[in-house]
Amino acid sequence: MYQGIRIAGFGGQGVVSAGILLAQAGVENKLNASWLPSYGPEMRGGTANCSVVVSDGEVYTPIVSVPDTVIVMNEPSLPKFEPMLKKGGLLILNSSLVNSHPTRKDIQVLCVPCNQIAEKVGMARVANLVALGAFIKATGAVTLESVAHAMKKVYKRAKPEMLELNQKALQAGFDAV
Amino acid sequence: MTQKTLRKGNEALAEGAIRAGARFFAGYPITPQNEVPEYMAAHMADNGGAFVQAESEVAAINMVYGAAATGTRSMTSSSSPGISLKQEGITYLASADLPCLIVNVMRGGPGLGSISGAQGDYFQATRGGGNGDYHIIVLAPNSVEELGNFPKLGFDLAEKYRMPCMILADGILGQMMESMAFNFDPVDPNKIGKFDWAVDIHKNGRKKSKVFSYKGDNLIADVTERAKRYGLIEKTEARYEARNCEGADVILVAYGLSSRACLEAVSKAEEKGLKVGLFRPITLWPFPSKALKEVSQKAKGILVVEQSLGQLVQDVKLAVGDSVPVGLNAYPAGGQPDGEQILTAAKSLLTGKKEGLFDLQTHAEGFTYECKRDLSLGVQGDRKEVK
Amino acid sequence: MSTILAKKPSTLTDLPMHYCPGCGHGIVHRLLAETFEELNIADRVIGVAPVGCAVFADDYFTCDTVQGAHGRGPAIATGVKRSKPGAIVFSYQGDGDLASIGMAEIVHAAVRSENITVIFINNAIYGMTGGQMAPTTLVGQVATTAPKGRDPKMQGWPINMCEMLSQITGSKYLARVAVDTPQNVLKAKACIKKAFENQVNNVGFSMVEVISQCPTNWHASVEQALEFVRTKMIPQYPLGVFKDEGAK
Repeated sequence: MYQGIRIAGFGGQGVVSAGILLAQAGVENKLNASWLPSYGPEMRGGTANCSVVVSDGEVYTPIVSVPDTVIVMNEPSLPKFEPMLKKGGLLILNSSLVNSHPTRKDIQVLCVPCNQIAEKVGMARVANLVALGAFIKATGAVTLESVAHAMKKVYKRAKPEMLELNQKALQAGFDAV
Repeated sequence: MTQKTLRKGNEALAEGAIRAGARFFAGYPITPQNEVPEYMAAHMADNGGAFVQAESEVAAINMVYGAAATGTRSMTSSSSPGISLKQEGITYLASADLPCLIVNVMRGGPGLGSISGAQGDYFQATRGGGNGDYHIIVLAPNSVEELGNFPKLGFDLAEKYRMPCMILADGILGQMMESMAFNFDPVDPNKIGKFDWAVDIHKNGRKKSKVFSYKGDNLIADVTERAKRYGLIEKTEARYEARNCEGADVILVAYGLSSRACLEAVSKAEEKGLKVGLFRPITLWPFPSKALKEVSQKAKGILVVEQSLGQLVQDVKLAVGDSVPVGLNAYPAGGQPDGEQILTAAKSLLTGKKEGLFDLQTHAEGFTYECKRDLSLGVQGDRKEVK
Repeated sequence: MSTILAKKPSTLTDLPMHYCPGCGHGIVHRLLAETFEELNIADRVIGVAPVGCAVFADDYFTCDTVQGAHGRGPAIATGVKRSKPGAIVFSYQGDGDLASIGMAEIVHAAVRSENITVIFINNAIYGMTGGQMAPTTLVGQVATTAPKGRDPKMQGWPINMCEMLSQITGSKYLARVAVDTPQNVLKAKACIKKAFENQVNNVGFSMVEVISQCPTNWHASVEQALEFVRTKMIPQYPLGVFKDEGAK
């Protein structure tokens, strides 16, 4: 199993932390994992993205230039990341915020209204966890339980009620697929 | 097997250094290594050590010079332009035979360059960097795990040979997170033992310790003695990793992050009908020349993959001479290699094509990625004569 | 029966000093050595020697010494002191070293109030390199790189380090002394002793600026040089204690 993932969206949508969570979940599953943010001035423009690899073997380069999966959380990220996706790869689209349609015919597309689902759970801010839940259901790259474990390590300072909300969002995303 | 944990490269490095017994750190902020001083600021004092945010890179390396003179495991970290500033201190450290650890989390250059990961400081690291005849030991990690474990190796080698050791890491290695484990027990600095050359508080009677850089008439003897030490290091301390080199038609040579892209190429080579191996120098000085010559004897070609304008390739050519053709697949100034591009170049090398191969004669063709200069900034090309 | 009235301090080595006749360095070395003896700190002193005429200062003291790069004494002393907090660390520097190339290091050692002692020899000239203009060269004073005398229009004005550093909260003791007369030498000794006592008492950054004579590069006889100290140097660099926050 080798999964290279790109997660992209606005700064503040939690794409970077969702990536760390996924990498940590990989470690909980005894997989090798890497995470790489876009850093520096690139971060200042309002969009953010990160590369994640989870693998039962070695992780090659942490820069995922031909992703197996792309999670697009906002409109501007679609034209930037859709072309990168490998042939037959999976595109998870936050249909709450992305109105355009993907143009490629050689990929699988999964539309998840992440913000709407998150709001139903209790807070739009956890849309990133909804997307992550959907990703886990669709790929089986890591287990749902491992993300719950990972959450406690990654969000060390989070209040219990916030962790619970994240957990619910993750589950809701998982169930939505 | 030790349970692996997810760590950011720079933090793994800092934690690894503290575990390795580092008890003095001085540094100055520069991207992409800021997590190192930040980690040290948070944890050094709790471990009985000292952290100083210096007024400059120059001051930081000279603080390390003072701390190293006391026999304390001392270090500094920076990124490319900052390492240029540290060269004064590094050559003094080399001249005074002081062990210390210097970390360069490289970024794009020359000048202020960019903060993207790059490998343009190979010459600076392996050829001395400062004035005079000297070497420093250079370790090139290619994973967060190595980044975390090399401070221990670096301090051990530095103290064994009484010279500075540098960890030359890619910017991306510092910024990425990865699963890793430390492979050594924490070092108790009090148990390293005292060095007879170190300055210290002393009771009258002990011979005076003097750490100095001006050698005057003794310089010839001094440099000659050091040369002998360098010879011993070249013979005994060259480290490398060879993967799939046996029976390989093309052997890729790469260090640091570039070698990770090469691993991808190695794994995908077979499905493209290519036999490709990887030779990864772990010590850049001493360069594992002998081992490279041996493993490449039966290969049809060597492809050097580096994120610089043909620096590593020179050591490769010195190592193998004319025994095997050497090609260069270069990604200077922040370009990032991937497996596909590397295999294209490997194929070219075998078939006499040009695609993906950097022309060492013209230095102009063969970039494997779009490389056009933006002239709209008026930097070049539209300069007008003023009369 | 004879009584010993004066002798070489045990903290100086037997090596003959290389300084020129009439130079102030030797006097200051002796004052330091006496201080180490009198404060009973000889076995914990670590000295940092500069680049300049005092590059060999490390040979003259029996204590452990570190010789480093030009101007970086305060940074090196910081590294030594932070690694060996029980040591008494001093940095010995000239005017080019401290007030020109090492300006950032001295200012920030004061800013951090490093608990070190700095001995600053100000003779208004680069000695070792052969008489070039120093940051402390007086207006009108001839130097090889100011052949018509220092011209403020071209080369600015001399810099007064004690006055400048006194603006920094972290500097705790700043004194300017001279070694041109026996009386002044005695005063210099008292200030140097104070600067080391401060370190013993963890007071923080202490510096003594010594106005010194350089007959060789001033192209003067020893007498003329001492006269130059009195009539030209001291008016520009008034003697006294500029800051004393260690006093109890």
